[in-house]
Amino acid sequence: MRYVKAENAADAVQLLQDETGIARVLAGGTDVLVQLKAGMLEPDLLVDIKNIEGIKDIVAEDGGYRIGAAVSGAELGEHAGVVALWPGVVEGFELIGSTQVQGRATMTGNLCNGSPAADSVPGLIAANAVVRIAGPDGTRDCAVIDIPVSPGKISLGQGEFITSIFLPKRPERASDAYLRFIPRTEMDIAVAAAGVSLELDADGTCTAARVSLGAVAPTVLLVEGAANAIIGTKLDAAALAALSAACSAVCNPIDDKRGTIEFRTEIAGVLAKRAALIAYKRAGGQS
Amino acid sequence: MALDEHKKRIFKLIGTRPPRPDGVDKVTGRAMYGADATAPGMLTGRILRSPHAHARIKSIDTSAAEALNGVKAVVTSADFGLPEDESVRDVQDNCMAREKVLYDGHAVAAVAAINVSVAKQALKLIKVEYEILAHVTDVDAAMQADAPVVLAGRAMDDLPKGMSENVTHHFEFGHGDMEAGFAKADKIIERSFKTAATHQGYIEPHACLATMGSDGKGELWVCTQGQYYVRELCADIMDMDTSQLRVTASEIGGGFGGKTTVFIEPVALALSRKSGRPVKLVMNREEVFRASGPTASSSTDVKIGMTKDGRITAAHATFRYQGGAFPSGTVQFGAQSSFAAYDLDAVQTIGWNTMTNRPKEAAYRAPGAPMAIYAVESVVDELCQELGLDPLETRLRNAAHKGTKSSYGPTFDDIGLEATLEAAKLHPHYTAPLGPNQGRGLSCGFWFNFGGNTCVALSLNFDGTVGITEGNPDIGGSRASISMMAAEELGIAYEKVRTIVADTNSLGHNDVTDGSRVTFAVGLATIKAARDAIKKMCSRAAKIWDIDEDAVYWEDGFAKPSGPNAGSFEPMSIEEIAATSPNTGGPIVGHHEVNAEGAGVSFGVHLVDVEVDPETGATTILRYTVFQDAGKAVHPDYVEGQMQGGAVQGIGWALNEEYIYGEDGRLQNPGLLDYRIPVASDLPNIDTVILEIPNPGHPYGVRGVGETPIVPPLAAISNAVSRSIGLRMSALPMSPPKILKALKSKG
Amino acid sequence: MKNIHVSTTINGDPTEFICAPDESLLDVLRDRLRLTGSKEGCGSGDCGACSVMVDGRLVCSCLVLGAEAEGVEVETIEGMADGDDLHPLQKHFINGAALQCGVCTPGILVAAKALLKKNPNPTDTEVRYWLAGNLCRCTGYDKIIKAVQAAAAEMRGA
Repeated sequence: MRYVKAENAADAVQLLQDETGIARVLAGGTDVLVQLKAGMLEPDLLVDIKNIEGIKDIVAEDGGYRIGAAVSGAELGEHAGVVALWPGVVEGFELIGSTQVQGRATMTGNLCNGSPAADSVPGLIAANAVVRIAGPDGTRDCAVIDIPVSPGKISLGQGEFITSIFLPKRPERASDAYLRFIPRTEMDIAVAAAGVSLELDADGTCTAARVSLGAVAPTVLLVEGAANAIIGTKLDAAALAALSAACSAVCNPIDDKRGTIEFRTEIAGVLAKRAALIAYKRAGGQS
Repeated sequence: MALDEHKKRIFKLIGTRPPRPDGVDKVTGRAMYGADATAPGMLTGRILRSPHAHARIKSIDTSAAEALNGVKAVVTSADFGLPEDESVRDVQDNCMAREKVLYDGHAVAAVAAINVSVAKQALKLIKVEYEILAHVTDVDAAMQADAPVVLAGRAMDDLPKGMSENVTHHFEFGHGDMEAGFAKADKIIERSFKTAATHQGYIEPHACLATMGSDGKGELWVCTQGQYYVRELCADIMDMDTSQLRVTASEIGGGFGGKTTVFIEPVALALSRKSGRPVKLVMNREEVFRASGPTASSSTDVKIGMTKDGRITAAHATFRYQGGAFPSGTVQFGAQSSFAAYDLDAVQTIGWNTMTNRPKEAAYRAPGAPMAIYAVESVVDELCQELGLDPLETRLRNAAHKGTKSSYGPTFDDIGLEATLEAAKLHPHYTAPLGPNQGRGLSCGFWFNFGGNTCVALSLNFDGTVGITEGNPDIGGSRASISMMAAEELGIAYEKVRTIVADTNSLGHNDVTDGSRVTFAVGLATIKAARDAIKKMCSRAAKIWDIDEDAVYWEDGFAKPSGPNAGSFEPMSIEEIAATSPNTGGPIVGHHEVNAEGAGVSFGVHLVDVEVDPETGATTILRYTVFQDAGKAVHPDYVEGQMQGGAVQGIGWALNEEYIYGEDGRLQNPGLLDYRIPVASDLPNIDTVILEIPNPGHPYGVRGVGETPIVPPLAAISNAVSRSIGLRMSALPMSPPKILKALKSKG
Repeated sequence: MKNIHVSTTINGDPTEFICAPDESLLDVLRDRLRLTGSKEGCGSGDCGACSVMVDGRLVCSCLVLGAEAEGVEVETIEGMADGDDLHPLQKHFINGAALQCGVCTPGILVAAKALLKKNPNPTDTEVRYWLAGNLCRCTGYDKIIKAVQAAAAEMRGA
């Protein structure tokens, strides 16, 4: 295995493109190193992207924020602007692992690991976040929802890597929230998860919403039916029940050591309901 | 009363909380644990493990691995002999499979190489041909007549019809007329329970450094709870005289019973013998889960009859434990301990052990008792609910006391159960209000406590300070408590004593650090070694004063003439006696050797409040209080530490910890991510109340305290959850999917 | 695999080592530099026994490559005491019996020091969540939380 520090994005693309064996990008390393140690992954090349200029920066852009691919959870959580604008995205990412893991882990890495249980992804999809990809043909932008393909697999081509994630601007009365279920209070992988982003009008009626579910299907889901259940409502009990039911209806989970099909399906609806209420309150709604 | 029978009840040091002698080493990173040692020319060992739950080994080809540059030795079962003793052979076969692999993770070969990457590469070059066999991992399935047989020829002699020859042990205990007892009951409840296997979960994986010379002498540095037992097992397996193998116990990063046998040590010695170089062998976490520990899983039927006013009239239980791939008798402790808290006229317990295709069970803190008492205490709680009785009053009503013939035979001497229950009753926790979705549970717990073979040497240095040499690895502050007992007895300052843990060749045999025996037995031997030294010091003073040695007594670190008739002499300090010892007969050493008996049993009561989320089935521990009889708490901080740590291990067992096997017989969760031991944020403070009902068998009244605290949490939490959700739970762990499913079934 | 030469700073001292490209910082510390105070409990970031600081961030050294240490500042448990003077956390862990076997202790001390630097006056809940990635199997955490709070109080007063 070779370990190479990329000097710049073009250098990283070249290295990744030229590698005939298995190549991996190293940012936080909290997935890659575990896989290396367990022998699940035996790459021929690791490209460390942390030295690329700007890749550890959070930059305000068009009323939103561009978050570099190597920004750690600890750094993101300390950025007051992002926390204020997209609290649900930040809380989702900060749930991953321990304080120690947060010192290294990156949101981009969490996305690129391709897990349907990735804690930062439902929030990003609910936020309609967009990644910027560097590749042999230059840079391109892609919605987060189009990155995961199947468990462990993502849509990036040979030589491509993500350089940043863009979180868009928000209207006045808007917010988001993320909840996951784990058996302990920390240190587990989500058994089921829900991210909700919504916008309200002046009287607290929901005018727009995106609801996303994790760990209940081969990839993170965007559930339009669930969003429709709360749009036009003030998240009354009936709307929330409809939201829960819409979420449970689209679940297609597996039975495994972390949870049963029955449990995940049930819990996804509960989490979506609770996350919607948190987001509603954060957006200034009175429930 | 002879000096060595003197019972002391007024203390200067015992009961205080001085800093532990190994504290600075442990907070600065200097303390040396199993994996921290190195030796010149040291090689790295790695073990190849079976991916199959049950398979015949048709062939192993190690030639390619041996040919790899940097590989210095490869061993398989062919490199070991065949010990005559069946139990030693089982230990060896567990360390390295012979003929068959019996569980996922069973070792089949090992390499020693110049570094870890070469060793890992070498493992991949070893070709093992397996013939896969049918497997069984469930305890009830393994007992069926048609179950796959794990090991043939190991069944008990009088195996009943319809049982698999996997069944290796059968025990029965009890007394009284069961039929008449149940006839007197107003209410009888019968229930069946299941508990999953759990792992001890010590943070330090098994590690050792082995050196075998061509002269037949061996050195082994190892994290273990018992260096002497490791020496005996390894010497038997390696066909050496025990005198030629010196075993040194490293600092130990947790054991809880799981480090009372060997897993990798004989393999490291064999690799060293073959390579002629020191070999360090360290398990990774996955290996710890797949090939060391765990506990038995269990299946239990309990039947208890009670009168309307809460008197138990008869009690019956059948326990079925699986102890993994080799015979294991832990169910005996379950059958013995299950009803220990009760004074019963009619009681019967039956225990069965079966083998399965799982790793051989290792001891875990009060082995066998937590799951047995869980089942019994659940039924007692349900009877209280059904009959509208207070669960604490009911336990007091039936509590075992001095003179009770225990359910397992012996009659109890002074025991602290009633006092412990009374303390719980008076504690504000018991009557604190509960909110919605909350429930309160309680359970009694019990452990026998052991004594055993023990040696202590107490050396008086020329400056009057004292060195204690003992032979039990310090797993939770025992060097502090042993130093305290020596200082107390000698009447000198704690700081004047230093206690060290000896290697096998520096002190006579000591049994393993288990059975909550160390503070009791090593403490007893230390006190008696101190009394031996005192006798010698008095004799030296007598010599100097030229009076009869019976006319000298010892007080607060001084030899004193025992009265006007003895003569008028200035008391002689320990320092003076030490300094003058070269002229009065030479160095002074007190010692004591004993196979200690009289370890008093220890009872505990746990109270817990939980809240269950009705929409997710998640349980939160809101409040937890541990009450326990310590006999005499030598260092209360470390007694509390045992109570808190045991309670939290029990909380893990009750809520989330479990060995999960797939259909293929492979362990699904061999890591700390999915084997979910409690983390700090899962827990409230664990409050403690220490009771002190002196153990008549110890000069200071000490009882072992280490094991009892893991016993009550299983039932206490199950009772709290059951009361909270209005449904009786009967399987552990009570993970959220299980609770939610139960809630849904209720509608 | 060709080894990599790395220049770094460990506990304030300039340090050089070579390591394999896939070798973790933890392995480098323990096996090459003999700083065995950091422990390997899992090798997967689940137990926290290998906690160290890298450029002022708390990390698991098992999840950092040795090669990544080039040009950074690493602090380990061995650098916590100032010569003979124990850090208040170290003192309170001994006096408060916040350790039993002691194998998780180095990682917990490093993590707790990082917490108190960021938040000198944490609640018990904040301490418990910050330390959730540091597994302890002996103590039930009770005395650990109390010792951290006692050290925090002393440090605030100092």
